[in-house]
Amino acid sequence: MGKGKSVTHVIDKEWCKGCGICVHFCPKKVLELDRRGKVEAVRPEDCIGEKCMLCELRCPDLAIQIKENQEGEND
Amino acid sequence: MSTNKEFDFKNYVRGRYFPHIWCPGCGHGIVLGALLRAVHELELDKNNIVMTSGIGCSSRISGYVDFHSLHTIHGRALAFATGVKLSRPNLKAIVPMGDGDALAIGGNHFIHAARRNIDITAIVMNNRIYGMTGGQFSPLSGTGKKATTAPYTTIDNNFDVVELAKAAGASFVARSTVFHASESKEYLKKAIMHKGFSVVEILSQCPTYYGRKNKEGDAATMMEGYRKNTVKIGSKKLDTNPDLIQRGIFVEDTDRPEYCEAYDEIIETAMKGKA
Amino acid sequence: MTNTSNIRFIQGNEACVEGALYAGINFFAGYPITPSTEIAEHLAQRLPAIGGKFIQMEDEIASMAAIIGASLTGSKVMTATSGPGFSLKQEALGYACMAEIPCVIANVQRGGPSTGNPTHVSQGDVNQARWGTHGDHSIVALTASNHQDVFKMTVEAFNIAETYRTPVVLLFDEVIGHMREKLEIPERGELPVVDRLRTSVPKGVDYHPYLPREDGRLPMSDFGAEHRYNVTGLFHDMWGFPNNDPQVVSDLLRHLVDKIENNWENICFYKEHWLDDADYVLISYGSSARSAKHIARNRRKRGMKIGVLELQTIWPFPTEIVREKCANAKAVMVVEMNMGQVVTQVKSAVDHPEKVFLANRIDGQLISPTDIKTTLRMIQGKGV
Repeated sequence: MGKGKSVTHVIDKEWCKGCGICVHFCPKKVLELDRRGKVEAVRPEDCIGEKCMLCELRCPDLAIQIKENQEGEND
Repeated sequence: MSTNKEFDFKNYVRGRYFPHIWCPGCGHGIVLGALLRAVHELELDKNNIVMTSGIGCSSRISGYVDFHSLHTIHGRALAFATGVKLSRPNLKAIVPMGDGDALAIGGNHFIHAARRNIDITAIVMNNRIYGMTGGQFSPLSGTGKKATTAPYTTIDNNFDVVELAKAAGASFVARSTVFHASESKEYLKKAIMHKGFSVVEILSQCPTYYGRKNKEGDAATMMEGYRKNTVKIGSKKLDTNPDLIQRGIFVEDTDRPEYCEAYDEIIETAMKGKA
Repeated sequence: MTNTSNIRFIQGNEACVEGALYAGINFFAGYPITPSTEIAEHLAQRLPAIGGKFIQMEDEIASMAAIIGASLTGSKVMTATSGPGFSLKQEALGYACMAEIPCVIANVQRGGPSTGNPTHVSQGDVNQARWGTHGDHSIVALTASNHQDVFKMTVEAFNIAETYRTPVVLLFDEVIGHMREKLEIPERGELPVVDRLRTSVPKGVDYHPYLPREDGRLPMSDFGAEHRYNVTGLFHDMWGFPNNDPQVVSDLLRHLVDKIENNWENICFYKEHWLDDADYVLISYGSSARSAKHIARNRRKRGMKIGVLELQTIWPFPTEIVREKCANAKAVMVVEMNMGQVVTQVKSAVDHPEKVFLANRIDGQLISPTDIKTTLRMIQGKGV
């Protein structure tokens, strides 16, 4: 985050079916399934964003989108 | 449409019908995602795309996209799409199919669409099983696999989609997997822009039936399998393990005449009264 | 006043082609099969010359599929086939019923079942045209007994298909298809030509492709135009998306049937010959009707009160017309080349089914006036 970018995980919990693909492949262990079995970003500050995008690319439910926030935007 | 605009799935789907009908962990949704991203990056006009599909899990994809969409009958999607394309060659024709849809009931249409080299992009979403009907083996299951109609394992040989497409005359042939979602997107982009019949086979897991019957684990584990069991075309790993499945672009031939363009020449001749 | 440049001496299959061109066909997909092949051959020559498209597909299923795809882009479409090919087309024909796609299917009938009697005449596909595809539905099937009518009915087939968004079957037969006789091609404007109703819903406004207007009609939007919607063979909602809600299912099925059956008066074509005072009514269609007319004309000369009701629309069956025209008949005889397909309909239409008889021939030969005369003498109790 030191580079002035932060990442928002836009998650549609209605669309998520909790398959766990995103959780499994996330290299930084950012994602977990909540009590309803739906994905949530529990450590968003660890996300490497556009360098990775694996969760978004591999989500079969189109339920995650990564948004990189511009500097200051997320204060 | 412009790439300045950030990609958002929701600009490309019919949101009112989500969540989609596919099972948790089904690879088909990843194919859908890759395809939408490809369309976005190519800056295609949604009004110029007709997606035609047949019957099966894969074929439900057409209902979800915000293109012109034609959900037809089992195996015949390419024939419907041939009518669309020849009638209006300016439209982009994309035909996602399942492995059974494309190569069992639809096998004949597949080889003839390839033979004509008509400008259609065929996507074979290969999960090696009939999912919609509950897990029967398909022409791509391979031998020694379990399915509800193969309780003692399959004895049928499988097709190699790439070899079949090449032999039948497809002028663009590629293969990837849903593990390689970004690579899939790149091949789809090339296939869609290719003038002629293009085939992209994308291996896609069915954890519900194929995975469960054949003890291949959950969706993520099956995707790990695509990482382990596939290599880029010509990889050195093939020397020690020739059974690895090759990914990449196998054919990209831009010299062969495309069917609709060839027909335009027929029209020109006929209009001069030379027939 | 006759313009001789409009006169042809051609086969019935060519008359069908001329009718299709008059109606504005611009896309044909087909597969060779006797005795319909000449339709494909002539359109292969004629369509590209007017900028239209002809494609020979890999089979009859693909041909049916291709015309449906082309129709959705706004083309006027047709395919042509015969018995075995007509069997193969049935699933896609049902799709066209369900998805309400205008298209015309010419079936030049030959003897069946199976490969049957390819180069000989039959009228054995009457019931297949009605019920060949699975599930409840309505269908339109037209026929003709001479080339002028082949032309006219082909134009009507396109008009009905475009008006009601439905597949229309042209049930010709081998004799009509292959026989040569005169055709005088009407001038432009002499016969009405109907183009499909297109939506007036502007860009950006939610368009409901499957929400019928009050009159049951569905204005279309071409693939490639501003409105992007789904087309499916599943029961579907007003946007064309799959839906199996019981109300949606029953409403759609009723709509599919009602749009045809409630318009039967606009769809049912027939001709009557000497029926005003007829004690004996011959009901026939296609090439059989030529023999029926011949015998009626001859018997009239001898003072017999006999007439012919010639059906040009077989489906929806013109029940009301048949009942009315047969009301005063001493006997009704259906003349057809099958084991009795239209006669069953006639028996259920008239008040006295016991007075309905069948004169048929099923051996691949055209039913002759003598064959009809023989049955007529039996009905009259005169012996054979």
